[in-house]
Amino acid sequence: MKLNSLDPRVSRADLPAEDQYQPQDGLNQWQTYEVFHQKSRGTQHIHVGSLHAPSPELALILAKEQYARRMKCVNLWVVRTTDVFASSYDDADMFEPATDKSYREAFGYKNKEIIRKYKAELEHK
Amino acid sequence: MNFEAIKDLLYRLGDDDLILGHRNSEWTGLGPILEEDIAFSSMAQDEIGHAQAYYMILNELFDEPAPDIIGFHRKAEDFRSCKLVEYPIGDYAFSLIRHFLYDVAESVRLQDLTRSNFKPLAELCKKLLREEKYHLLHAMTWVKQLGNSTDEAKQRLQQALDFAFPLAFGIFEPTAGSAALAEDGIMSAEADLEAHWLTEITGLIHDSGLQVPEVKDKTVGYGGRTGQHSEHLQPLLAEMTEVLSIDPTAIW
Repeated sequence: MKLNSLDPRVSRADLPAEDQYQPQDGLNQWQTYEVFHQKSRGTQHIHVGSLHAPSPELALILAKEQYARRMKCVNLWVVRTTDVFASSYDDADMFEPATDKSYREAFGYKNKEIIRKYKAELEHK
Repeated sequence: MNFEAIKDLLYRLGDDDLILGHRNSEWTGLGPILEEDIAFSSMAQDEIGHAQAYYMILNELFDEPAPDIIGFHRKAEDFRSCKLVEYPIGDYAFSLIRHFLYDVAESVRLQDLTRSNFKPLAELCKKLLREEKYHLLHAMTWVKQLGNSTDEAKQRLQQALDFAFPLAFGIFEPTAGSAALAEDGIMSAEADLEAHWLTEITGLIHDSGLQVPEVKDKTVGYGGRTGQHSEHLQPLLAEMTEVLSIDPTAIW
């Protein structure tokens, strides 16, 4: 039995009927790569997702259409997922400060006003 | 300038891109893996966009019908596409090899056209080359990857190449206007473009670990430029316009 569809492309594709479909082993795929996207020169690359590819070269090729076809992009990085060393979520509590460390946070400084004033002075000169 | 020859050239350029774009879009949802499905579909969309841009020049400067009418309301014999682009998608090896042969040829032609004396076309081709760069990189990287991998991959690619390679010479089928176009500095002669393509493609095939097929008759892919198409074009057009023909006057 072949898969029959209203879509002529599907009927032509010679696919097995749904009840005869043999599910594939989930791990029979190529390795995954993590993709980092840069919007403009000088800004940081931002992690946007992952994809399957057989080589780093093809990971870059495929990343362009997966992750840069809508957003503006000037540069892409791909990194083998297995090359990423990650901390464990079990250790997430180590990121929680035990005492008040709010002095480390940069809010509360009124920089905007100072910068605006400085800019105005520059323009005045 | 020979405007009839330019018009015919624009039809050839647009029709090749429309037909191949439509063919390649048949992989949408059926591609070998999700990532490649998306990339291939996206390039198919690009090709259809290129066709529209050529048709737009025909419409604006030569008073031909609107792009949608040119694309969807002509009979098979009015198309000027080459036979290579009409063939069914086959297995993925064939579609990939066709994309490789075609996009190397297209990039040779577009490079040439950026120096054209017909400025609207020269300007357009400079823009189209930006997308073409990716198409070329996509095709070359895949063919190189697969050509240097397993025996099955090599064998399937070689088989596809043996079939598609002779047909690809049809891209450069000389036309009645070819000499006039070369003389007026609109576009180099088809024979010169073909020679340039052959040098490029031969090198790339070698790099991919494949054999350049022997071509006994390079006219097997000829005919499309004068409207004599393979048996595959008519069914393609019928399918492409199936929804449109339910109500040709509908507004989209």
